[in-house]
Amino acid sequence: MTHLSSAGAAGIYHYDETDRRFLADRVEQFRRQVARRLSGALTEDEFKPIRLMNGLYLQLHAYMLRIAVPYGVLSSDQMRGLAAIGRRYDRGYGHFTTRQNLQFNWIKLVDVPQILADLAAIDMHAIQTSGNCIRNVTTDQFAGAVADEIVDPRVYAEILRQWSTLHPEFSFLPRKFKIAITGSDHDRAAIAIHDIGIRARRGAGGAVGFEILVGGGLGRSPFLGRRLADWVPEPDLLAYLEAILRIYNQYGRRDNIYKARIKILVHEVGVDRLREQIAAEFERIRGPHYRLDAGIVDAIRSHFAPPPFATLPAVSTALDQARREDPAFARWARSNLTPHQQPGYAAVTLSLKPTGGIPGDATSDQMEAVAALADRYSFGEIRVSHEQNLVLAHVRQDDLPALWRDLGPHGLDTANAGLVGDIISCPGLDYCALANARSIPLAQEISRRFADLDRQHRIGELKIKMSGCINACGHHHVGHIGILGVDKHGVETYQITIGGDATETAALGQVVGPAVGYDRVTDVVESLIALYLERRTDGERFIDTVARIGVGPFKEKVYGAAA
Amino acid sequence: MAQAGEVMKVVSANRLDTGTVVWLAAGDVWVERLAEAAVLGGAAAGAALARTQTTDAAGVVVVEPYLVDVTVAGCGPQPLRPRERIRARGPSVRPDLGIQGAGALA
Amino acid sequence: MALLLKDGLPVEDPWISLDDAVEAIPDGPVIVSLDRWRRDRAVLVARNSPVGVRLKSSQRTGEIAPDLDRVALVALEFPKFRDGRAFSTARELRERYGYTGEIRAVGHTLPDQYQFLIRTGFSTVAVPDGANLATWQHALTEIGVAYQAGVAGDTPLSLLRRKVHLAAAPHPQGD
Repeated sequence: MTHLSSAGAAGIYHYDETDRRFLADRVEQFRRQVARRLSGALTEDEFKPIRLMNGLYLQLHAYMLRIAVPYGVLSSDQMRGLAAIGRRYDRGYGHFTTRQNLQFNWIKLVDVPQILADLAAIDMHAIQTSGNCIRNVTTDQFAGAVADEIVDPRVYAEILRQWSTLHPEFSFLPRKFKIAITGSDHDRAAIAIHDIGIRARRGAGGAVGFEILVGGGLGRSPFLGRRLADWVPEPDLLAYLEAILRIYNQYGRRDNIYKARIKILVHEVGVDRLREQIAAEFERIRGPHYRLDAGIVDAIRSHFAPPPFATLPAVSTALDQARREDPAFARWARSNLTPHQQPGYAAVTLSLKPTGGIPGDATSDQMEAVAALADRYSFGEIRVSHEQNLVLAHVRQDDLPALWRDLGPHGLDTANAGLVGDIISCPGLDYCALANARSIPLAQEISRRFADLDRQHRIGELKIKMSGCINACGHHHVGHIGILGVDKHGVETYQITIGGDATETAALGQVVGPAVGYDRVTDVVESLIALYLERRTDGERFIDTVARIGVGPFKEKVYGAAA
Repeated sequence: MAQAGEVMKVVSANRLDTGTVVWLAAGDVWVERLAEAAVLGGAAAGAALARTQTTDAAGVVVVEPYLVDVTVAGCGPQPLRPRERIRARGPSVRPDLGIQGAGALA
Repeated sequence: MALLLKDGLPVEDPWISLDDAVEAIPDGPVIVSLDRWRRDRAVLVARNSPVGVRLKSSQRTGEIAPDLDRVALVALEFPKFRDGRAFSTARELRERYGYTGEIRAVGHTLPDQYQFLIRTGFSTVAVPDGANLATWQHALTEIGVAYQAGVAGDTPLSLLRRKVHLAAAPHPQGD
């Protein structure tokens, strides 16, 4: 069994022998399950949920394997391992998703047991990346690094990862179940659109507790999460979640797949009544059996100790000088850096959205390049963001000019994080069996239309999110501009919304007007942005202008006064 | 025999072992190129679909076979829906991949 | 016909599962639906033979809770294996009501769920006659590590990770 090299000094949850034995057991279990399927002992109906619980879908062209990147954190060795799998079993590339996971698109069922063994060798797996179970827990891509952090959410994300892994009671829920956690007031984990959203906070004396939202979710019936609890003390976290899941498992609808998510239960029962039921269950089960002991939290927290930062001045003269001397570098530094907790460091977003590229796709070569850069500049650690970019979380500001130069040859230096070109897009009809319309080529076209990065910077923060069907993997409901592909009598057609927001000020977008054809979408986006530029006041972002003047003027701009 | 004006169909599925897109050809064997698929009228297509539940003569096992509406032009059957056109060729954004990348499309 | 599994092995099943339509109640242990239990409770209790009650996946523990001391077996139905409500029902019977009788899984379950069944408090599983017993037996030892508290022999949550020993046979890699 391969063990991770000690080169990476960043705080990462490293597997121990027990974790590895679990994974080895699991790989062998799936090897036998695949053999049973191939021999005919399992029907497709019986095998499907089993393969889905191992992240294996049958898509348009082949099987798709979705690999869990727990809360979006990877070591450089893991990234190299993923690159190798992409090269050996796939077509030399993968797709990073809005769930911080990685998907390979050209997988053969017969190869999957060996792929899972290769993944286990780098302490990774595809467990619960699909199926009606608790999915990979997601969090802030800047966890443990960002200056505005109150609690490091990785500690609790890892606890939830362990707790939810092959949970005996909650592996056959009415529907999938997604949990996201943030530890900052600024929500970069989109907790309001998850089945459970958790905001870690500090109370009196620094004690950690959690605000819990429930029933967020997009898809056919989008809802923002409702507040279920203001403060769940740390020792009660698992008991409280068990109580929510038990109520959901028993009372969530199973008669209609479109009404089976917990958001529908919240909607139909009402959050107040549900809160009472959950509180009653919680009171019954809280106690030693479900208590999250401080010792466990401490043990897991020790995995996420800060890397060995150097003591540096808060301001880097090398960074300042490079900014002054090179406008292209200055532009990149303006959009792709995030302030760090540690003086003299920065968190860096590596855009997977090159102009005209496929959002979230990375080749095996790029993955290896990022791994090498992570080793050189960021303690051997990489993050995947829900916005489908990669992050080096702990880079010395002095090293930023060199890092930027090293990113260029690999196409990873696009200065567009958070801007028009940084489009979230699901795979859409080009890959996905559920899709109704293509999304990738539209994202490419929009990104080409706004290829001028200075223009993108002048426009400022603008999040375009696009889905190829109502399932909303591309989070279109919470895009500043949201684009939803629908199939209208065999023709790809797109519905456009504005004013959506996935952060702490979460909002669902409003429809601008009638859906438009494929060829008109980019023009519509450009019109919406033109109106924003005409009407914005100083410092106003696109969604601020939408909030101030409403959808009407935008509608008129796109459809004319008569509309 | 197909009726005039009737929507023609082919049977499609994915192979169990590899996931590869396959089409049902004459003799109830699965082929990877849509051009080689048997184009059938509604009743014949339904009958062909009903026969595909098990392994074919070459030992190929498929998953979830279904009918695909096509038109027949000079270069063979063309699916009516975008989804099936993409399945038949490969991703529109990666012309190097899928059956289109094999360089054998008409 | 179904085979009954306990600890991964087929065992003699002394229980007769009674259809609601069958009026006559035979001698010996019988399993009846909750409706039948409610209707014929006096008769059933007077028989001096053990009675079991079968719950549909939509029927909750509260409906049988007051009677649990008179019921030697609770059978929980899986209409299809994807319907996971009975996992919660079994766990509630054990943890909330302290039920110590037999809890039996009936209906459509998969070997791949066997560990989950045991860890939520089931004692026995009725599997179809043609089931591959080796697969079922093996399923109990397939995963030797669990990350959360379960009902079966698990200690309180002092560690998130614990080793599980579900079958009578020791784990092949046990330590």
